[in-house]
Amino acid sequence: MSLFEVIRFALRGLSANKLRSALTMLGILIGVAAVILLVAVGNGSAKAISDRIEALGTNTITVMSTGRGGSSSTSLTKEMADALVDPELAPAVKSVSPVVSASSATMTYEGSDHSVSSFVGTTPAWFAASSTPVGTGSAFTEDDVDQGRRVVVIGQTVAEELFPGIDPIDKQVTVGGALFTIVGVLQEKSSTGQQDSNDTAVAPLTAVQQVLTGYGALSSIIVEAADPDDVDAAQDQVATILDQKLAVADSSSSTPYRIQNASSLLETQTETADTFTTLLGAVAAISLLVGGIGITNIMLVTVTERTREIGIRKALGAPRRVILTQFLIEASLLSVMGGALGVAAALIGSQFEIVGVKPVIVPSSIGYAVGVSIAIGLFFGGLPAARAARLRPIDALRYE
Amino acid sequence: MSRPVLEVRDLKKIYGTGEATVHALRGVSLTVQRGDYAAIMGSSGSGKSTLMNILGALDIPSSGTYHLDGVDVSRLSDAQLALARNRLIGFIFQSFNLIPRTSAVANVELPLAYAGVKPKERRRRAMAALDVVGLADRAGHEPNQLSGGQQQRVAVARALVTEPALLLADEPTGNLDSKSTDDVLQVFDDLSTAGRTIVIITHEDEVGARAKRLIRLVDGSIVSDVRQSPLDRPPVGAAAAAAAMARNHGRAAVYSGGRHSQ
Repeated sequence: MSLFEVIRFALRGLSANKLRSALTMLGILIGVAAVILLVAVGNGSAKAISDRIEALGTNTITVMSTGRGGSSSTSLTKEMADALVDPELAPAVKSVSPVVSASSATMTYEGSDHSVSSFVGTTPAWFAASSTPVGTGSAFTEDDVDQGRRVVVIGQTVAEELFPGIDPIDKQVTVGGALFTIVGVLQEKSSTGQQDSNDTAVAPLTAVQQVLTGYGALSSIIVEAADPDDVDAAQDQVATILDQKLAVADSSSSTPYRIQNASSLLETQTETADTFTTLLGAVAAISLLVGGIGITNIMLVTVTERTREIGIRKALGAPRRVILTQFLIEASLLSVMGGALGVAAALIGSQFEIVGVKPVIVPSSIGYAVGVSIAIGLFFGGLPAARAARLRPIDALRYE
Repeated sequence: MSRPVLEVRDLKKIYGTGEATVHALRGVSLTVQRGDYAAIMGSSGSGKSTLMNILGALDIPSSGTYHLDGVDVSRLSDAQLALARNRLIGFIFQSFNLIPRTSAVANVELPLAYAGVKPKERRRRAMAALDVVGLADRAGHEPNQLSGGQQQRVAVARALVTEPALLLADEPTGNLDSKSTDDVLQVFDDLSTAGRTIVIITHEDEVGARAKRLIRLVDGSIVSDVRQSPLDRPPVGAAAAAAAMARNHGRAAVYSGGRHSQ
């Protein structure tokens, strides 16, 4: 008796109870689709985060002050930023952009106003270092910074809010009681979480200090490394210079500043995302297990229901092995077909955004989910199949 | 005569233990030669179904030996038993026991499938067997599209398709009306004429009368074993059976008188 024929028997057995077979398959389908899709969502959100971090620029490091309250000895100053531009001591540093930021500034244009969530004062190097290119118009220049000219480059959101349908270039807006001339609009940027990264405005450092923040400490210094491979070297060099400037003792373990490196940030985020993905996968695996128990349940019912048929087959000379194979294949077909449909469902589902995340399928999760579903079919189908095969023909025939 | 198709010696079957013990068979010895057509009769509870199940290798006796076509069935392993059921025995049940939702020809093919016969050859032999029972034109029908008599004839075709040494029928006409009973019994007569060895269990005198040999079972023992027509001749058939019935009724006093020798 060939395997092909046993499969035909099994298919006939399954098609005899189409609704039941379909519902059992649905259990596995949901399990497999959940595993693949949830892992894909986890993976997608991890990828989205790393994309955003990479958008910040992987070859930049950010120096921030840890000292609170603005004690002058621990705060970052423009002089420190200038000191970092040193071809001798810091050859790996390509550019340095001191940054001051006003957390919220209201921009007014002809009676309409808009609260800009992030108003940044910096130098022209910032545009390249922070991967925020200017879309239309132009960036301000070093000269603008030196002269403290009140010019501003605004983000897309600001442009849409204040200048619906109008070209904002060369228009004048009021910020903090001072007039700023718009010279450019930033390119649209992908947003990070709740914060709209397009709701921003960038002006020369000196102008922002004059108008909004005062000549205090810098919020941060963005240092661009010459090459992505030089990020670690640049970080060391920056730390050495800052230690000198801030007179940090060599033995001191804590520094009044913190250096944030995009790649280390990326690592932390990736770890977090992996944990998240594992968690989602575990939840989905449980649903796959539940689907597997569904198969056992249905196969037990099937065996009980078809006890007489098993008896007849045995009386006609079906060996134990054939009966075992038939029921095992029935169970496996349920799980394999459910698994295949689950993969299809997951692939279709991954085309859509789920809770704001574009799922990215992990190929190994498909193999894993299908493999597990086949194993579940064999394992959970094995018990009822063994029971069917062990039945004595006389008991099976007498069964009503 | 060559070796007997079926030979049982001192067969006993005991169910349960202690006070609940039931002696279904109390030492049955029986030999059936090739080409014989034996009917085993007995009332309900006489142990005839138990005997049938043991003869069909579906059940095992508590003690005693059973040789089927020279093979000691009691010593066979599970796999060998399956093989014996497949090759040596054709079983016909009272309740037909066709596989539901499966066409007549597929049902008949089933034992051949388990025997490992190639699909083409299988189909040819299944159709030939259906032709023997006169149902070749119903090959594609499923059991629920066939009448009881037709279902039973499909079951007969299924039993004889493997060319078994022995055809065992357990109350084959028990669920049939008289017309269908005649159809099925005619098939048995034809098969016996063709030289098949048939053992049939029944409680209907009409069925028993057509057999070449009539064995009566009471309380798990054989009480009579009558040769009704010669082993090497075709069975008496319906007309003669009617006559035999009349004769048997005339000898009812003899039966009630006790044992009746061959």
